[in-house]
Amino acid sequence: MNDDLSALWAAIPQVLEGMGITVTLTVLGSALAFVVAVVFGLMARSRTLVVRGFARVVIEFFRGTSLVVQLYLFFFVLPQLGWEMSPITAGVLAFGLNYGAYGAEVVRGSIAAVPAGQWEASTALSLSPVHRMRRIIIPQAWALMIPSLNNLLIQLLKGTAIVGFITLFDLTVALDKLRIATDLFFAYGFGLVLYFVLAYILTLGMNALEVRAKHRLGQGESLREALSFRTPDARGSVA
Amino acid sequence: MPSPHDLDPSTPAIRFEGVEKRFGDNVVLQGLDFEVARGDRVTLIGPSGSGKTTILRLVMTLEEANEGYIFIDGEPLTHTREGGKRVALKERHRNEMRKRIGMVFQQFNLFPNMTVMENLIEAPVHVLGLSKADAVERGRELLARVGLVGKEDAHPSSLSGGQQQRVAIARALAMDPEILLLDEVTSALDPEIVGEVLEILRDVARTTDITMLIVTHEMHFARDVSNRVMMFDGGRVIEQGDPETIFTAPTQERTKSFLSAVLGA
Repeated sequence: MNDDLSALWAAIPQVLEGMGITVTLTVLGSALAFVVAVVFGLMARSRTLVVRGFARVVIEFFRGTSLVVQLYLFFFVLPQLGWEMSPITAGVLAFGLNYGAYGAEVVRGSIAAVPAGQWEASTALSLSPVHRMRRIIIPQAWALMIPSLNNLLIQLLKGTAIVGFITLFDLTVALDKLRIATDLFFAYGFGLVLYFVLAYILTLGMNALEVRAKHRLGQGESLREALSFRTPDARGSVA
Repeated sequence: MPSPHDLDPSTPAIRFEGVEKRFGDNVVLQGLDFEVARGDRVTLIGPSGSGKTTILRLVMTLEEANEGYIFIDGEPLTHTREGGKRVALKERHRNEMRKRIGMVFQQFNLFPNMTVMENLIEAPVHVLGLSKADAVERGRELLARVGLVGKEDAHPSSLSGGQQQRVAIARALAMDPEILLLDEVTSALDPEIVGEVLEILRDVARTTDITMLIVTHEMHFARDVSNRVMMFDGGRVIEQGDPETIFTAPTQERTKSFLSAVLGA
């Protein structure tokens, strides 16, 4: 065990380097995924057949084909067609488009889940479709979509563990190196903990966003109240 | 666009001409013709499924008729006749027409992501182009009128159903509509607070000349407020007249049985 710990100590720079790549891919990949999700989620609701059709083809392609194959496509195939790109860029594109496609369905579904009465009241007040979407529908759909987006975000984080295939030195590759110096159980046990901590940080952040979004709709406590760690019983009661 | 005041006063505020509305195979309205004069308060009564709410939704352009024409102040609302053909009018035209019409819904439909005042000023500022200060001032007047002074910064979810509906009435009035559509506005309320909402609507009816088209099961309210009652059944008007006549001396059997059912007489 002491040997393991000293090997771990020696490996910390590599683990941190790998974690840096994993975090970079997660942050940039999810940023791109969010943009893709919103743009294609809205396009998938378009009344124009061409726009809607285009969105559906893109969504179904990136949802329906393997993430690993997409990664290879961006890293190995596109350069042969003259589109050279760094492994990080290829990773961000693959994760952004793949998870963005799933996210687009979340965005589309959440918008559709905003009660019909909200759309009708907006029409009755002569609000334009763009104004209605921006000021009435999206703020309400946002609160609905956060839990599903959180799931996708965590999946994206864990999904980045495959980028060793395209020569990136991420957290999983670093753990593989650590395994040689220590043993299977220690290295991968340590890896599980690290991924869990990263995922839990994301979840805490998304939960905070959800509390805030719901509070803005008049549901539940404010973020400040939620962070004050009072017991739930004390919050609701008048006494 | 002519202001409504330039119009011949005899031009009806609302005119239906051969309107048909189907949902799939279900024909809800058929060959419907009727007029509502400017300043009229017309109540539509009849069994559920008789198409009353559909009429309001057609006027608000929430639904589109399958046949026929609807005119607001003599202008076509969604479709016009061109060379004997029924032609759909552009969204832009429909939006201009919509500005003359306000609607209060059964489920209030306040925007939960906005405070009461934000609900009241959103459309006046962004659609009518009022300054924020003017819109807020008007919003305060309207809140006073519906008895909700001090609720400016409240969220809709913190209000009772009756209060929410009063805000919804204020929100519709903030657009200064010529026509106000009231779609079963008390049906979702507890019986003891129905009265407070109806009292506000009585006040609006007394103090304005807004044309009103009302769907309600509150027959006393219909009798107080409206000057005409139209009885619907099977997508057609089967009887109409002043409330006194309809409620005390209906000629159609169907009207009699409907009224005795809803009045519990």
